[in-house]
Amino acid sequence: MARSIQSLERAAAVLRLLAGGERRLGLSDIASTLGLAKGTAHGLLRTLQQEGFVEQDAVSGRYQLGAELLRLGNSYLDVHELRARALVWSDDLARSSGEAVYLGVLHHGGVLVVHHVFRPDDSRQVLEIGVMQPLHCTAVGKVLAAYDPVAHAEMMDAERESFTERTLTSEAALEECLELVRARGWASDVEETWDGVASLAAPILDRRRLTVGAVGVTGAVERLYRDGELRPELVASVRDCARAVSRDLGAARF
Amino acid sequence: MTDNATHPGYIAAIDQGTTSSRCIVFDTDGRIVGVEQKEHEQIFPKPGWVEHDAAEIWTNVQEVVDGAVRKAGVGRDEVKAIGITNQRETTVLWDKTTGEPVHNALVWQDTRTDALCRELGRNVGQDRFRRDTGLPLASYFAGPKIRWLLDNVEGLRERAERGEILFGTMDSWVIWNLTGGTNGGVHVTDVTNASRTMLMNLHTMAWDEKICASMDVPMQVLPEIRSSAEVYGHCAGGALEGVPVASALGDQQAALFGQTCFEVGEGKSTYGTGTFLLMNTGHKPVNSYNGLLTTVGYRIGDEKPVFALEGAIAVTGALVQWMRDQMGLISTAAEIETLASSVEDNGGAYFVPAFSGLFAPYWRSDARGVIAGLTRYVTKAHLARAVLEATAWQTREIVDAMAKDSGVELTALKVDGGMTSNNLLMQNISDVLDAPVVRPMVAETTCLGAAYAAGLAVGFWPDTDALRANWRRAAEWTPRMEADVRDREYKSWLKAVERTMGWIEEEN
Repeated sequence: MARSIQSLERAAAVLRLLAGGERRLGLSDIASTLGLAKGTAHGLLRTLQQEGFVEQDAVSGRYQLGAELLRLGNSYLDVHELRARALVWSDDLARSSGEAVYLGVLHHGGVLVVHHVFRPDDSRQVLEIGVMQPLHCTAVGKVLAAYDPVAHAEMMDAERESFTERTLTSEAALEECLELVRARGWASDVEETWDGVASLAAPILDRRRLTVGAVGVTGAVERLYRDGELRPELVASVRDCARAVSRDLGAARF
Repeated sequence: MTDNATHPGYIAAIDQGTTSSRCIVFDTDGRIVGVEQKEHEQIFPKPGWVEHDAAEIWTNVQEVVDGAVRKAGVGRDEVKAIGITNQRETTVLWDKTTGEPVHNALVWQDTRTDALCRELGRNVGQDRFRRDTGLPLASYFAGPKIRWLLDNVEGLRERAERGEILFGTMDSWVIWNLTGGTNGGVHVTDVTNASRTMLMNLHTMAWDEKICASMDVPMQVLPEIRSSAEVYGHCAGGALEGVPVASALGDQQAALFGQTCFEVGEGKSTYGTGTFLLMNTGHKPVNSYNGLLTTVGYRIGDEKPVFALEGAIAVTGALVQWMRDQMGLISTAAEIETLASSVEDNGGAYFVPAFSGLFAPYWRSDARGVIAGLTRYVTKAHLARAVLEATAWQTREIVDAMAKDSGVELTALKVDGGMTSNNLLMQNISDVLDAPVVRPMVAETTCLGAAYAAGLAVGFWPDTDALRANWRRAAEWTPRMEADVRDREYKSWLKAVERTMGWIEEEN
């Protein structure tokens, strides 16, 4: 067995001591129970406090478990909460872009569409909430794979179907593509999933600045493209929307 | 763009609501270019009493108008008109010469006129004025609130009879102040707000002398009744000095207008804490024998008035809040969908949230909430599903009542309000109505309705067709439920409703 790290063992012992019911303990109790010097115990507690795992009561000076520990246990973002927060901003995006808006999250090795706003042209459209899309060739999927290591691993492990002649399937080509996504802060799909259809998307971050989803527009390549490039004002609208939703989720300005 | 001389300009709308006042500036496409909002104090002097400080509200209205115009970055010459929508029925009386309210405004939720309403019903009961006003005698409406103030504020009745006192719902109060107040302010209300006083006759669209006499309300306090879309006057000061004040609509009617329900049989449902469903019934008031209200939908200038049937559901979003706050089964309202989606059906459970009795179409105050069909199989996820289904079935009951009263089938339901982000609920409503449910792209349909009416009045938009062209479908849910399942489930729901009745033994 590999040698264990003593300070981590001690930190774990502190957390165990504080766990169980509404326990609050003072520094000297913690130090004496664990057989540590006061200075050592204080150092451990201060670090745990910085990470949010331990909180100190302002009045009594006693320590208790911190809120961050609870969040670790159920840190996933409820997708319906995500939709509720995104509603106004995605409506705005649909109106300003004139295209359909999709918001997706990682689910079972693919993209789960959790919110969809119709293209605002009164044509007959079908609500696609609950539909699954592939990770490797859609703009939303690429954003997730670029920023979420779990999505990345799942995409690389999956069998990547070639939907059109533009679909990227090799690991090397996709890695290069994701590098570009990270450099630019947004992803595109130009006829890689459906002939004649392009999409572009940007990441939605939560309070911890982790990517929890992606939002973007999808439409005819003739409308999304101009002079051989995705229209810059569309890119700006999509990124504005993603930033606005992220702010609503508590992410700091970015 | 704004320096272009041919730029069409903007319309501002004030939403004087129950908890806050807002102002939104819209462009010609109905898109929002500036918003400002401010909450005001809720005053609870006694259990069941709810008041607002009308002076505070007027101060807030001025602030939000300034704020919204500033945020929009537009000049006052670019704002072509301003419209007003408001919390309905809330009643204020003020001194004509000083402009000071003589008492806090009595809010629509305030129940202090319960006993007075029973007394006014005499031997006839709560339907004494229904044929003329479309309303049952209930504490919400403004007429009995005026009477209470006249009876309870010392010396007020004498002053009112001498013509020193003005009455208004919040539209009148805001318009009078906007147009100059003590310095030439116009004292008007619109047909939709007037139709919530119980003092206006729906057949003549004028104050009803007989009803005013029965309620002991001197007619000199009443404002002039005007249409919902015409220039009442001009802003006398502030950020929009000189801008025409050109519309007034009660909030639910404004949402009907904002959802562009201009044809007979078109209806909208606003899903919030409670839910209000209104359906356009055309140029004739339709009497309700199924517990709905008959009300004015809107009137554009000299055109014929358009009437509506209204059904209110007391507990919809409030039931989700109850699951969160009282039961602790979810931590946010949105999580109800996550929990409900984890099971395929309600597991046989039905939840009738008759927390303060059953409202339309039953009107049974002796009813209380029931969860029926419980077995050991039922989990909290099934209950979450039953919670959402309760909103869907209550919508179905109102829609059925509207069809019975009007003979018009609802073709599609346009929805707005916070609960429209709940996909499962919207699908469920479509399933149980067996009709499409459609969400528009602008969530702010109330403010938009007031802006639309004001814009029509000044020719900013040529006609209602132009407004329809602005309406954009953001999402549509179509029915997926098999007819036999729907019928069976509806039957079970109705059985559960039956079990709520008669719980309270003595009605005092």
